[in-house]
Amino acid sequence: MTAAAALFAHELRLAFRSGGEMAQGLVFFLLALSLFPLGVGPGPATLERIGVGLIWVLALFAVTLTLERLYAEDARDGTLDLYGVSGLSFEVVALVKAASHWLTSGLLLVLFSPLICLLLGLPAEAYTAVPVVLLLGTPTLTLIGGIGAALLVQSRRGGLLLALIVLPLEIPVLIFGVSAIEGWVSGLGASAQLSILGAMLLGALALGPFATAAALRLALE
Amino acid sequence: MHYFANPLRFQRLADAIFPYALIATLAATAVGLYGGLVTAPMDYQQGDAYRIIFVHVPAAWMALFVYLTLAVAAVVSIVWRHPLADLYGRAAAPVGAVFCFLALVTGAIWGKPMWGTWWVWDARLTSMLILFFLYLGYSALADAFDDPQRGARAAAILALVGSVNLPIIKFSVDWWNTLHQPATVMRFDGPQMHLSMLWPLLTLALAFKLYFVTVVILRVRAEITERRITNLRLAAEAGDD
Repeated sequence: MTAAAALFAHELRLAFRSGGEMAQGLVFFLLALSLFPLGVGPGPATLERIGVGLIWVLALFAVTLTLERLYAEDARDGTLDLYGVSGLSFEVVALVKAASHWLTSGLLLVLFSPLICLLLGLPAEAYTAVPVVLLLGTPTLTLIGGIGAALLVQSRRGGLLLALIVLPLEIPVLIFGVSAIEGWVSGLGASAQLSILGAMLLGALALGPFATAAALRLALE
Repeated sequence: MHYFANPLRFQRLADAIFPYALIATLAATAVGLYGGLVTAPMDYQQGDAYRIIFVHVPAAWMALFVYLTLAVAAVVSIVWRHPLADLYGRAAAPVGAVFCFLALVTGAIWGKPMWGTWWVWDARLTSMLILFFLYLGYSALADAFDDPQRGARAAAILALVGSVNLPIIKFSVDWWNTLHQPATVMRFDGPQMHLSMLWPLLTLALAFKLYFVTVVILRVRAEITERRITNLRLAAEAGDD
């Protein structure tokens, strides 16, 4: 337990001390977002229509891309070997790394999402709906993406391959995330979608670390 | 279980099966195509255009079936570290991807005269497209490592994760599709398929399976040979020093 706590504190310290790295996902999100009005036109009706989908698609990209270095850096400087001899199981390592990564990237998206709603001109209900749904959905993205990041540790390729193997697996989160926000904003209710998002989070929380740990063990062989 | 871990033993078995599989594939394809293209009657609604189902449906079935076998091979690979399971995964995945591609392309060709468009974002089409990407991801991951063994094992983990996720993806895509009803109307609730159309379909489904067995044997043999060549080369290099 103390080892897990130490690892957690270590990860958070690293994230805070590496300066701009923590904000990279958010900056990417905002940059990509600002390309859309330039591409499809700044009409408020268009942006409101595509806004919710846009937020989720970009959240998928932002989370996936920031996960790329999650384990690769540890493998390169030998930290991964230290985890192996530390007595911590890789399942716990996977869980702690996912938690600390989400706290320093996914949570940032959640906190800034009202601002994003403002930029897209979404209706007032969205200012609460978007952060809540993102809060429930983005940890699942981190957990699923972590599997992909661990699988690619010793590979010769990164970025695009990570997107190729992880994005199809994240489609359910995209579908129910968008549907939950739209249901909430339109007043139709979103309890079913929120329940399913919660179920997917619990499922990913229960199964994801095992797959990630299997991939990490493979990387150390 | 590990009897066939020895590639020579496997190769002996594969060599024994191969000619029969090849002949059976050709026979079933010929009979099925004759039944589908010649003896089966024309559809009263779709005319002759419906005949593409004799390729389309077996391809779609195979695309799903091959992913299932990949998941089973993944379990065997992870639990028993069976070398043959790794070879199978690398050999079968591209074939499954081609079946998936074939189902998508024949679906598009069929969709043009029937629905008036090459592509609709229908639940089945979308699921099939996602399955195609899962295949691409599997193969790309298997090839992303210098050590083919490592690539195969990584891909096995991915296949297992994918097989857990596949029903969830299917369910979400169905949900998504009912929310966003496409403008095109398509119905399949016509009369049950007549026996004269059903038997060529089932025969061709069998032909596709046999073809899959034949091609996988060929590909596994090629894979084994390739590894042997690599090993011989490495040994020769070591001998030079």
